[in-house]
Order: sequence, then C-alpha cells, then structure tokens
Amino acid sequence: MQSGRAIELVLLAFASVLTTGALVLVEANQEQELTRMLLYLGAAYLGLLTVAHLAVRKLAPYADPLILPCAALLNGLGLVMIHRIDLARADRAAQLGNPEPLLFAGRQVAWTAIALVLFIGVLYFVRDHRVLARYGYTCGFVGLVLLALPGLLPASISEVNGAKIWLRLSVFSIQPGEFAKVLLMVFFSALLVAKRELFQTAGRTVLGIELPRPRDLAPLLVIWGLSVGVLVLEKDLGSSLLYFGIVLVMLYAATERVSWLLIGLAFFLGGAAVAYQLFGHVRARIEVWLDPLGNFDGAGYQIGQALFGLGTGGVGGTGLGAGRPELVPFAWSDFMVSSLGEELGLIGLAAVLVIYLVLVTRGLRSALAVRDSFGKLLATGLSFSLALQVFVVIGGVTRLIPLTGLTIPFLSAGGSSLVANYVIVALLLRISNAARSPVTGRPAAPATPLAEARTELVERGGTP
Amino acid sequence: MPELVLQLTRAGFLALLWLFVLVALRVVRSDLYAASGLRALVPGRRSRTSTGRSRTARQLIVTQGALAGTRVSLDAKPIMLGRADDSTLVLDDDYASTRHARLSLQGEEWYVEDLGSTNGTYLDRAKVGGPTRVPLGVPIRIGKTVIELRS
Repeated sequence: MQSGRAIELVLLAFASVLTTGALVLVEANQEQELTRMLLYLGAAYLGLLTVAHLAVRKLAPYADPLILPCAALLNGLGLVMIHRIDLARADRAAQLGNPEPLLFAGRQVAWTAIALVLFIGVLYFVRDHRVLARYGYTCGFVGLVLLALPGLLPASISEVNGAKIWLRLSVFSIQPGEFAKVLLMVFFSALLVAKRELFQTAGRTVLGIELPRPRDLAPLLVIWGLSVGVLVLEKDLGSSLLYFGIVLVMLYAATERVSWLLIGLAFFLGGAAVAYQLFGHVRARIEVWLDPLGNFDGAGYQIGQALFGLGTGGVGGTGLGAGRPELVPFAWSDFMVSSLGEELGLIGLAAVLVIYLVLVTRGLRSALAVRDSFGKLLATGLSFSLALQVFVVIGGVTRLIPLTGLTIPFLSAGGSSLVANYVIVALLLRISNAARSPVTGRPAAPATPLAEARTELVERGGTP
Repeated sequence: MPELVLQLTRAGFLALLWLFVLVALRVVRSDLYAASGLRALVPGRRSRTSTGRSRTARQLIVTQGALAGTRVSLDAKPIMLGRADDSTLVLDDDYASTRHARLSLQGEEWYVEDLGSTNGTYLDRAKVGGPTRVPLGVPIRIGKTVIELRS
C-alpha cells in the first residue's frame, strides 16, 4: 500500500491556498488594504503545516493522509473567520467611540503554533499507542483531577459567563476539561480491554435483549454520576452530554451489545428529566430552545440572531467578509457555525460538514483496520468524540437540540479546545500508522527459557 | 469592491472548497479497495468464485472474537499469534498464550504450528500439534478467536 505522504502534502498545500484565498476575500470585502503581507501570512501557515507534515513523514510514515489536511483546513478557515469578526468588532467599537475590543485572531495563531508543537510532541513521545494502555489508570486519575479542578476552585478563578470550566491563569486561561476528555478516553479504552469479560457476562433476557447483570452497571453509574457532577458543579451542559455519550459508545463498541445503549439512553432521559426539574440554567436553555423569538430581547437574542444570520446566508452565502456575523454574541467561539453559514451559505457549510465527515470516517477506518483491541477502542472513542461534538454544536446553533455551549473542533476560537483536538489528531495518526504499516514478520524472539524450549528443526543452508 | 467581482470570487471560493472535498473523497475511494481486501469484488477483476482451484492465500481474516473483521495482508513473512505485544495479531484473550501459534509459508502452502500453548490451537475440529497445512477458508480456533485464510 502507498504511504500517502505525497497526497498529504498536496492537500496541505491546497488547504493553505484556500486559507489564503479566504483571507484575501475577507480583506477585500472589509475594504482593508490588500498588501503582500497577506501572501506572507499564507506562506507562514503553509510553513507551519509543512513542519507538521515533515514530522509525520519522519515519525508516522504510514499514517492516514487525509486526517491532517482536513484538520488543517478547518483550523485555517477558523483563523480567517476569527480575524474577520475581530475586524468587524474593532470597526463597531471605533464607530461607537469605545476602546478597541479584545482581538482573538493573534491569540488563536499563537495557540495554533502551540498545538502543532504538542502535536509533534505526542507523535514523538508516543511511538506505539499500545504503550498508553499501561498508563491507563494514571491517565484516568489525572483526567479526573483536571475535570474536577474548575468545579472545586472558587468561582473567581474558574467561572466565565456562568460556566465554571475555566482555569484563569495570569496571562491566559485554559479549559482543563478538554484535556481531561482525551485522558479519560485513554483510561476507558484500557479499562474496557482489561475487563471486557465483565461487561459481556450475560444476565437475564428481557424481550429478546440480553441485559447485563445489575452489579455490572456500577461503572456506568459512576460515569453517569460524574456527568451529573459536571452539570451541577461546573454548569456545563455540553461537556456533561459529551462524556456520557463517549463512554456509552465505547461500551457498545467493546461489547457489541445494544442493551448498553438502551440502558444508557434510559439513564440519560432520567437524568435530563431530573436536571430540568432541579436546575434553573437547564430549564432556561430548554425554554429558549422551544421559543427563541418569543423572548428575542432577552435570552433568545443570541440564537435568534444566529438563525437570522443563517437565513441571510441562504444557499450561496453573502460572501466572505460581506455579511454581518458579528451581530451574534460569541460569533467567534460558540457561534462560529452561524458565522460560517452566513458567509459561505448552505453550499459552504455542507462542504465543511463533509470535511468533518471525512475526518471522522478516517478515524473509524483506522479503528477497523488496527490489529489490537486497545487501539480499536481508543480510535473509536476519539473519532466519535469529534463527531458528537460537531453534532451537538451544529444541532444547538441550528435549533435542532437545545444549546449547550460546546466549541466546534478546530473552527472556534479557544486555545484549549484547539490544542486538545490536535492531540486527538496526533493519536489518530499514530493508530492509523499502526493500522496501515505493512506487517513486519519480526522473527519470533525466543521468550521461553532455553530449558523449556522445544526442539526445532533447522534447515541446512544450501540444499534446496 | 465591484459587485461582479464579489459574486465571482464568492462562487470561486465555494468551488475551490468543494474541489478540496472531492480530492479528499477520491483518496478515500482509491484507499477503499487497496486496504479493505475487497479487491476480488472490484468489477473487471477475477472474482473469487470464478477460480475454484485452490490458490495461494492472500490475506488472513478474523471471523470471531474481539478482533473480528480485522484483515491482515499476507506476504512471505510468518504471522505470529498470541498475547505478546510484538505479535502480528495481538490477542487479548485469557485463553491465548503469550506466543500461541505461528502461521508460516512453506513453498506455496501456509502451515500453522502450535508454539506450546496452554489451551491449544484447533484447525477446524482437530488439535494442531506440529506444522499442519492450512487450506483456504478452514477456521483456525485460538481461544475465542477464529481466523481463516482467504485468497
């Protein structure tokens, strides 16, 4: 099989051409000066990607050729859109005579560089993904600490806009939950591979579906409690949903039993009903979801503006830089999808969705092809987490499901999310490298001591 | 910016975006047949049924067990089966030994050989002792895992 490194480089170059093109269009439509500087910026992006490509060529030569270009294109489009919204906000502040607002594009570029460094670091230090299985419990512990940290710290450090998921350090702030997500997936893959038998033990059969024994439900109950804890302590609906969904799908992938999905769904519905009764912020989200235009001047303003934006974009979009996406609060992070939908239209947003689809299917494809259970489960979990996040965000912005406040991978402004997603991409590349590399028929090293070894028939050289 | 130029660049950018998608999907398609082992089913090539004679095995496929669905393309190199990390197929199975069995090519035929495992290797129903010839499509059972050779 071809290693596909050449096509990867071609696609990476294509991605940076698209990013540069988008930047030029934005500048032209925003009546900024078109200078040579834009081309240099595009070349710099290509340079960053080339470094990542060379690292992949050296460290994971058989890795999947599509995963990195898809991530790079989404990241590039995100950078351009963040810059575009910065321009509009600065313009508006100048008109109103306000001081210049906080600009996000520069930070996001810095985070991209950090993310690529970490990406190369993961590829360099994790030479074989099976090594991670040995650190399963360590990963689980660190993940739990990271997850719980913002919930337990005082709100002055950890609360931003009502969600207690931050760690505000002096210079920058991070969301430890994004990294906890990756670590917990490593932990669950290792746990499920080691204890697979436990989850497969048959209990009684009800209506033709084999139910697990009640005592085997304990792990599911624990993760359910954890999700509820995130919901209560950190007021983060999206992450809570994400963790529960990922664990459920990994359990299903490990055991091939539909009963886990049904039980999980029942747990989810029960939890959702209780949360609706008990917590004001959950109820508020549901009410806005059901009738955003009814209280347009209040809580429904954001989602209402987003829907108007998507409607303005229509099929073909207004063109990059020609719309008014900045009217939506948080257009650069949570509502990046509505900004893209307004300026690229249905056609462009569909292309973005297909790129996510390619990214996820390539991850699942690696999961199918890799030859060890841990790799299979980890790749399934990582790919599915990307898919679920895209579904929850786009579903929220287009009012298919209640809004949850997750960021869409690679596109949204937000350093932690970007870095964590590049770590996910690095792990997927590592697993796909193992899946696609040709079988090395390593000579079986004699593991048995010589005394216990069996007699071997040694062929004499030279005779046919 | 003039309206016409705006419209043209707008359409042009969307076209380029979709071109990227199409190139990516083309790579997916070319990869589909190369890696999945479904080459025999691609129209225009000889299908598996048309060649009734026994042919050399080209791939090993796992039909049951935790790794079910996994395919390994075969070349002349031996295939190691067992729980050891450096096995070709790593079996996470309590009934498999660290170095359980070996499949190796001798001449045109593949032979399976038990490497002194605790629970044994079975070719169809028979327990494997020394090197035994493996015909195409006959299940080899190791613990809960069943593998077959396919052409």
